[in-house]
Amino acid sequence: MITTKDLTKVYRTRGREVTALAGVDLHVREGEVYGVVGTSGAGKSTLIRCVNMLERPSSGTVTVDGVDLTALPGTENRAGRDLRDARRRIGMVFQHFNLLASRTVQENVELPLEIIGLDRTQRRRKAGELLELVGLADKARTYPSQLSGGQKQRVGIARALAGDPKVLLSDEATSALDPETTRSILALLRDLNRQLGLTVLLITHEMDVIKSVCDSAALMRGGRVVEAGKLTELLATERSELARELFPLGEFGQGHPGNTVLEITFQGDTSARPFVSQLARTYQIDINILGAAVETIAGRMVGRMRVELPGGHQDNVVPIGLLREQGLQVDVLDATDGAAA
Amino acid sequence: MTWDEMLELMKPATVETFQMVGVASVCTVLLGLPLGLLLVLTDRGGALQNIPVNRVLGTVVNVGRSLPFIILMVALQGFTKALTSTTIGWEAATVPLTIGAIPFFARLVETSVREVDGGLLEAVHAMGGGTWTSVRKVMLPESLPALVSSTVTTVIALIGFSAMAGTVGGGGLGTLAVNYGYQRFETTFMWVIVAELVIIVMAIQLIGDLIVRRLADRGGSGGKTRLLRPRDTPSEKDEELVLPH
Repeated sequence: MITTKDLTKVYRTRGREVTALAGVDLHVREGEVYGVVGTSGAGKSTLIRCVNMLERPSSGTVTVDGVDLTALPGTENRAGRDLRDARRRIGMVFQHFNLLASRTVQENVELPLEIIGLDRTQRRRKAGELLELVGLADKARTYPSQLSGGQKQRVGIARALAGDPKVLLSDEATSALDPETTRSILALLRDLNRQLGLTVLLITHEMDVIKSVCDSAALMRGGRVVEAGKLTELLATERSELARELFPLGEFGQGHPGNTVLEITFQGDTSARPFVSQLARTYQIDINILGAAVETIAGRMVGRMRVELPGGHQDNVVPIGLLREQGLQVDVLDATDGAAA
Repeated sequence: MTWDEMLELMKPATVETFQMVGVASVCTVLLGLPLGLLLVLTDRGGALQNIPVNRVLGTVVNVGRSLPFIILMVALQGFTKALTSTTIGWEAATVPLTIGAIPFFARLVETSVREVDGGLLEAVHAMGGGTWTSVRKVMLPESLPALVSSTVTTVIALIGFSAMAGTVGGGGLGTLAVNYGYQRFETTFMWVIVAELVIIVMAIQLIGDLIVRRLADRGGSGGKTRLLRPRDTPSEKDEELVLPH
């Protein structure tokens, strides 16, 4: 649905060059929620703004729903007709909502409809439906200044959906909100994604956002995507940085020298199997559980457990093999420093 | 001079002042608003970015603002004559008044429009809006309270200028104050006229402030009244909204 190919963006200011994007390839499938995560300065904001050409990439291409936006004429401040048409089919929500203070909630939602050129009655009906959808039908006549942050973002989302977009871009939409409101906004995005089949590309610096709504994620650092994929696949990937961030076990015990420490990740139905007792029974070994956690990621139960087996890696090849056979992902840690061996 | 004599003279002069300032104000807004917008739009990062044009406009505005009004009036005599076929009376005075006020108003418009949050313009761009849409749907409505304030300031400045125009035969209250109060030493009459001007200015400022407050209360940007309002009225929490599942 959204594909970027070798996207770069270089800012030039007074002789200095700052590379915000250094060749980003991103592929967002139709109907999924895709999260881009990274610290500030990683280039994620530039990336999402390049998707609808609010920033012109220095090189590379951006294709949204089959249209190569980079080929459409226009500058950053002044878009050509084709680009404006294309943008009408891409919704965008912003960190600071960007609602017009001089317009009521309803009029704010009507703004994109005015741009599309709908008449008054059609606009009113459509805006009413959208406000209903985001749960703000009773606030149609109030001004944004009278709303809470979460309500403002709901208006922002309703407005972004006005043009019946297939794609919704979310630029840190929950970063200005408290945790509880964040959850409700994320739940709304998730619902819209399911109900309307909306493809969502969101950027965030919070792992929790990725964990709670995303199907896929990309980790950005220094203007590059260092890791990307479906969350379920990432969790099953050994030594995945994203998986480790999504599911940190760092604070658990590190085990004793000379023993083997394993990190076992189990997803979906494998979580129901009693593999620990099975292992203990079959191989007559004492298993020390150092820590365990279960979370719901991308709508699936995912558990992670750190266990300690007596003896070195050589002694435990067979039990590890058995665990892997059962579809469990096993990372072997070096007991002495806790780093992946 | 008796009160009756004074009133007899003041009535037509007041009407002239209002005509002069009224016509000049309307012309100033009509010409100064687009000029102010152009100053913003042609500047770096603007939708019509064009640095040479921006520099030229900026220079013209600066020159216009630094010329003393009395000199402007004299300098524009030829132009005024061509436009109104006279150089005295209130009709003639509107020409230099308008020309003098346009750069002043344009700068105020520029400042007001620049105050509009760039994020709003970005939102309109993201919706597929063009330059004209940004101007009409965002820049002007969002800066409306500030634009009204600027207009009030300009109208009041025009009243001051119009009194100055009186010294060279511009008509209105200024002429009256100069001819009678200054040249015939009717000090009382002069002070009465000054008092009338003060009252007019205060009334216009009051009406303007009321309009600005009205507009700002809708939640618009700009205007002093904004500081008096709590920034974010605490309203119902989000949890009471039930999500469609």
